[in-house]
Amino acid sequence: MTTTSPHDAGPAAPWRAAGLRRAAGSRPAAVAAAALVVAGALASLFLGAADLAPADLLAARSLDDPAVELLLVSRGPRLLALLLAGSAMAVAGLLMMHLTRNRFVSPSTAGTVEWAQLGLLLATLVLGSTGVLERMLVAVVAALAGTALFLRLLRRLVLADTLLVPLVGLMLGAVVSGVTTGIAYRADLLPVLATWTAGDASGIIAGRFELLWLVVVALAVAWWQADRFTVAGLGEGTAVSLGVDHGAVVRVGLVVVAVVTAVVVVVVGAVPFVALVVPNLVTIVVGDDIRRALPVTAAAGAAFVLLCDVVGRVVVHPYEIPVGTVAGVIGGVVFLVVLLRLRGRGVSA
Amino acid sequence: MTTSTSPATTAHEAGTGPSDAERRAAARRWRVVVVLAALVLLAAAALLLLGVRGDWGFVLGLRGRRLGALVVAGVAVGVSTVLFQTVTANRIITPGIMGFDALYVLVQTVAVATLGTLVVVTADVRVRFALEVLVLLAFGLLLHALVLRSTASGDVLLLVLVGVVLGATFTSATLLVSRVIDPNEALTLQDLLFARVGTVDRQLLPLGAAVVAVVAAAALRRAPVLDVVALGREAAVGLGVAHRREVRRAFLLVAVLVAVSTALVGPLTFLGLLAANVARELLGTHAHRWSLPTASLVAVLALVGGQVVLERLLGWGTALTVVVDVVGGLYLLVLLVRQGRPHTRGALL
Repeated sequence: MTTTSPHDAGPAAPWRAAGLRRAAGSRPAAVAAAALVVAGALASLFLGAADLAPADLLAARSLDDPAVELLLVSRGPRLLALLLAGSAMAVAGLLMMHLTRNRFVSPSTAGTVEWAQLGLLLATLVLGSTGVLERMLVAVVAALAGTALFLRLLRRLVLADTLLVPLVGLMLGAVVSGVTTGIAYRADLLPVLATWTAGDASGIIAGRFELLWLVVVALAVAWWQADRFTVAGLGEGTAVSLGVDHGAVVRVGLVVVAVVTAVVVVVVGAVPFVALVVPNLVTIVVGDDIRRALPVTAAAGAAFVLLCDVVGRVVVHPYEIPVGTVAGVIGGVVFLVVLLRLRGRGVSA
Repeated sequence: MTTSTSPATTAHEAGTGPSDAERRAAARRWRVVVVLAALVLLAAAALLLLGVRGDWGFVLGLRGRRLGALVVAGVAVGVSTVLFQTVTANRIITPGIMGFDALYVLVQTVAVATLGTLVVVTADVRVRFALEVLVLLAFGLLLHALVLRSTASGDVLLLVLVGVVLGATFTSATLLVSRVIDPNEALTLQDLLFARVGTVDRQLLPLGAAVVAVVAAAALRRAPVLDVVALGREAAVGLGVAHRREVRRAFLLVAVLVAVSTALVGPLTFLGLLAANVARELLGTHAHRWSLPTASLVAVLALVGGQVVLERLLGWGTALTVVVDVVGGLYLLVLLVRQGRPHTRGALL
């Protein structure tokens, strides 16, 4: 992230004048991401245990046709769920990156995901398995509280080292997830917990993903507030001198991130590295202006998750590997490469 | 544990005899070791004898094996962490944090996936073990060649981050591979990997105990050389120590120890960190002839004492590794946060 003194900022488009990185590759990147989404979507629709070919759909004459039914009940909802979850998590990662001014911070490296899982577990213990909405609310509150705690902790790290910050977040997440595992072990809920911790799209059919539409609201808020987030990403001092209420922007961002993370954890489960890898790669190409980066990030996140899901379904056809597991391997490798290459170039972040 | 009784002598005072302060420090270290050893004996007795009902011979045999596994694993973790921290010249990375344990589990899984359960289970434990050690050693040397070489302060955080991500990626890869194999084989694999403290492999325990005893003795014998290695590569080379060879030897020992401890009680990501640092804190010295046995005692105490508390007082059974990881994770969090404050900066590196 480029830092500049507030004096450089012009009145018209301050963040641009302030010398934010903006590469020329914005439009090609958007087109590429969109193409990947379409390819992933097609693969996602027409691959699976049951055969479904585009020709079957064209040949269908009524809504009762088995091909159409398969599309409406299973493949369609699954595709939508992955699209929504992937794009929302990637955007949540983009926001976290700007709010903490650290490109290695995301809901999965700040403990947000783990807090949401803990909330979900506690809600399940207290409320039973009924009341999806209530469980989700508890998960949102837990994610919100946990992330706020992390930001608190950050303020105490005087020399907020670029690499120290995500490490602290990861450790916090590890501790919280250990507590969650311990509680689940005591309550004989370990198998249930396993289905939440590894994001799995195989159970998503019509009627089980509609909660995910909530993330569209969160994404809309992010889009609406995009310029404020960009300015907040320049640091508290700069933001305030540009007339932006830094604290308010951080609070809005926190809520968006917590809602997105909790909803995705409740419906799909954790999909690791999406929120970390995708915004990093996108901002390298597109630059730090959130209004430009947001749509590309959303598309690339959706594409990443779709492709991971397709890989998971192809490798052991007709069985499948959970999307979270595939994302854990692919995302982990990509992140390591990014980390080591950044260091190789002597860039701290 | 140490055979020598002479007080510590430092280079500049060699020949002049120990000073009063040194004699007092040595006496305090002896006290620490004796108290820890007494606590370990107490915990061991509690683990063996508390609440025995029915056939004493049977119960003691079962619990004896459990105790044996915990003791051997504890010593392996203590010694391997001290060695690893010495050759990597910092105090916050451990084999567990760098993903060695997770890699061991992955290797087991891949072996079952490629060779089949039958081959893996019926293979001679010694052959299996030797192969696993070889893979771990190769990983250790690769890590060293790629990332461990440079120990500039910023890089240490990078290392820990790389290690944590590697561990997460290995874990995801393990899940992925275990999904690819036949469900029946996966079940056997689970027994193989998660046998843990309850049912320790009959063949593995004596073999592991013998191997750990030999390795620990070898490390202790090289304590003076290791003290020099701990000064860093340049200083060590300047003092006439073959740094490169020592590092390679230490990695071999670490690989052997990690394989033993993971095979006996499963991955213990943060225990080593706790043991090595608590030992140094108690001793007030980095000298290996003190830190190797003391770290081992702390690790054994944590495992055996933890098992007693969980099993006898709380009735939690086999959740020990979870609890140890939560406590260890919290400890690393504290270390990291402390490091982020200016006045303690550099103290850990």
